[in-house]
Amino acid sequence: MSDLEAFRAEIRAWLEENCPPEMREPPRDEDDMCWGGRNFQFKNEAQKLWLERCAAKGYTVPEWPTPYGGAGLSPAQAKVWREEMNRLGARPPLSSFGIWMLGPALLKFGTEEQKVHYLNQIARGEIRWCQGYSEPGSGSDLVSLQTFGEDKGDHWVVNGQKIWTSYANKADWIFCLVRTDKANKYQGISFLLFDMASPGVSTKPILLISGNSPFCETFFDNVAVPKHQIVGEVGRGWDVAKYLLGHEREMISGAGGNDRLNTIGAFAKRNGLEDPLLRAELAMFDVDALAFSAMGEKFLDEIKVGKAHPAQPNMMKYAGTELNKRRHELLMAAGGSAALEWESESSNHGGKARSWLRTKANSIEGGTSEVMLNVISKRILDLPGA
Amino acid sequence: MPLYHTEDQAMLADTARQFMADEGNIAKQLRHYRDMNCKDGFGHALWKQFAELGFTGILVAEADGGLGMGHVEAGIVLEEVGRNLTPSPFLTSSVMAATALGAASDELRGRYLPGLLAGDSVFAVAIDEGPKHRPERIATKAERAGNDFKLSGAKTFVVQGGSADMLVVAARTAGSDEDDAGITLFAVPRDAAGLSVENARLVDSSQAAHVKLDGVQLDADAVIGEVDGGREVLNRVVRAGRVGAAAESVGVAQGSFDMTTTYLKQRKQFGKLIGEFQALQHRAAHLYSELEIARATVIKAQQLLDAGSDKADLMVSVAKAKAGKAAGLAVKEGVQMHGGIGMTDEYDIGLYMKRDRALAEFMGDLYYHADRVAKLSGY
Ligand SMILES: Cc1cc2nc3c(=O)[nH]c(=O)nc-3n(C[C@H](O)[C@H](O)[C@H](O)COP(=O)(O)OP(=O)(O)OC[C@H]3O[C@@H](n4cnc5c(N)ncnc54)[C@H](O)[C@@H]3O)c2cc1C
Repeated sequence: MSDLEAFRAEIRAWLEENCPPEMREPPRDEDDMCWGGRNFQFKNEAQKLWLERCAAKGYTVPEWPTPYGGAGLSPAQAKVWREEMNRLGARPPLSSFGIWMLGPALLKFGTEEQKVHYLNQIARGEIRWCQGYSEPGSGSDLVSLQTFGEDKGDHWVVNGQKIWTSYANKADWIFCLVRTDKANKYQGISFLLFDMASPGVSTKPILLISGNSPFCETFFDNVAVPKHQIVGEVGRGWDVAKYLLGHEREMISGAGGNDRLNTIGAFAKRNGLEDPLLRAELAMFDVDALAFSAMGEKFLDEIKVGKAHPAQPNMMKYAGTELNKRRHELLMAAGGSAALEWESESSNHGGKARSWLRTKANSIEGGTSEVMLNVISKRILDLPGA
Repeated sequence: MPLYHTEDQAMLADTARQFMADEGNIAKQLRHYRDMNCKDGFGHALWKQFAELGFTGILVAEADGGLGMGHVEAGIVLEEVGRNLTPSPFLTSSVMAATALGAASDELRGRYLPGLLAGDSVFAVAIDEGPKHRPERIATKAERAGNDFKLSGAKTFVVQGGSADMLVVAARTAGSDEDDAGITLFAVPRDAAGLSVENARLVDSSQAAHVKLDGVQLDADAVIGEVDGGREVLNRVVRAGRVGAAAESVGVAQGSFDMTTTYLKQRKQFGKLIGEFQALQHRAAHLYSELEIARATVIKAQQLLDAGSDKADLMVSVAKAKAGKAAGLAVKEGVQMHGGIGMTDEYDIGLYMKRDRALAEFMGDLYYHADRVAKLSGY
């Protein structure tokens, strides 16, 4: 048995023994996921147990080095881990902006002290993070952001407003883009970390079309941020921000997801679809879903060893989110009038319709599809004027 | 006949547009009744106003006190309903049920039409029995017992079923589930014993009911048209519903499109109006083309239907499919081009997306109608 096969056997046995049965099915929606944090309410004992067991082994962040709370897996081992998780249908023990976004940025740009401190908290699910990038006037044109941090010697005083801040009202800390130099557009932004409980921070939830309210307006009124809470150099936050966006886009693309969940033929089979054209459309979708899944595997294999184009996450984000929107359009079509229900018990309080509406944000959050296409034109294709 | 509105029709369109913009707008109607969690999902006062303007009787014969107009005129009202997302029982009552009642006895017409004309009554039509539109299959049974009938079965997606005073129910008096023949239509009063109606609020905050018929006893007077010969009337009802929904879809598409082009001229990013980006300009221009084409299919189908042409059936399916497709594109582009704000409940664009979804499903979706187009074209 090769080392990798031995590793697979070990992981498989560990998962079989440690993953509670309730955690062997996908979460129903965002609300059903484990986000961690100071105030997180576990949905059930199984969810808590699953987090604790994984955190103890470093499996919430399998690829992070062990001093930072990870399991130190190699890319090949991490792939085995994903495959075994998918085989069992196991859900991730912890979902968080800390894992998907801040962590990778800290690993690259953080000081040793920051890594030990923040990464361990993230790995154990102790601190929940939110992302303070977008502002009312600065969405796609993020670099025009206005939130300002005034230099007060050993700290900055931050004033301004962010918008669309996901889970700002539930997060413990924020990673935030703040202008520290008004004269310098690209090199006048700093990447700051601060506690959402700091005096002067307030949030106001915004209701989404799905009827849920996961994002907020976030206001900063003279918020003091100590200087050591900066990631990277002063004025070089844009580099950190862009690096982080690459990881965010990789995550939103859904690369490395589970085929069983991503194709919809199985759903059609259960529901005995009779319409030949809808069936054809589902089959076309499954072709694209299985193709994307192969692309996802290739992308992850390549990006981990530096073989992918550094702008490739933009293409993955574009393709993956457009695919996911189509998937939910088809699930609605296949579900027919039953899928339109919004409140009934039998529809799980409109689960299908609300999920469908939620996916419409996939091609907006983390950079819109249009922005992804612009980036591909510019950075990968090097088209004139792009 | 030219494919544009006559002078009279253009006047009706002006009236309908003004009225719906003033009285039927999103703030006054859809949001108001949605936010109060109204069990009917629409305002009865507005329905009375529909009646005062004569809208409720557009498809009712002049001899019965209506305006004796056609599907073009009904579609004019529906387009404005769509543009303003106005919740009302117009499509089910004044278009579909009125079409059914047109084939009914003097006695039934006398019983139900005055209430419709006055805007006091609401009607629903109960056809489908599963989650997808499939009027070819009717399993609900109506068994004869002397001079009476006893109805048993279940119906789904009965729009306005919960607020209806009368439901037009398609049931089987002979043959097996898939047979064309052997269908009979019944006018079932809401208070009939054995009839149960369970309301379900839909994504667009309209109400559609699950209806159960548990030995509902009706006398022969309740039959609309001929016993066993209901398929022909049912086809008429369904066609009226399809072309009506298509007209409403065009309105939904137009409303969404107008909001979106307005936004493209307002929102700035990168120091430019986002409407200056050619990537968005081309998509807006494409959407405009699709919408114009959809509009043509709808008026063509309406006119063929009004003329009693045997080509109407094909064109109605083309219209339902094409208008649904154009509206689907309009709302998706609408939300996407608004960016983050498009995902918020406070902004209206998402409401268009919700309404479009329900309308697309109603009376058969794109796939169903594309399949019909194939079948009617002989393949
Ligand atoms: C559910 C959800 C969660 C989010 N969570 C967060 C979060 O946690 N933190 C955070 O900081 N932000 C978050 N966002 C914000 C998100 O990143 C922005 O909405 C996004 O970047 C778009 O910005 P905007 O909304 O201002 O749209 P705009 O930038 O105003 O865009 C409007 C439209 O114009 C198009 N457009 C803009 N520029 C161009 C161009 N050059 N060429 C072609 N088309 C263009 C866009 O693609 C879009 O279609 C979230 C958004 C959503 C919907």
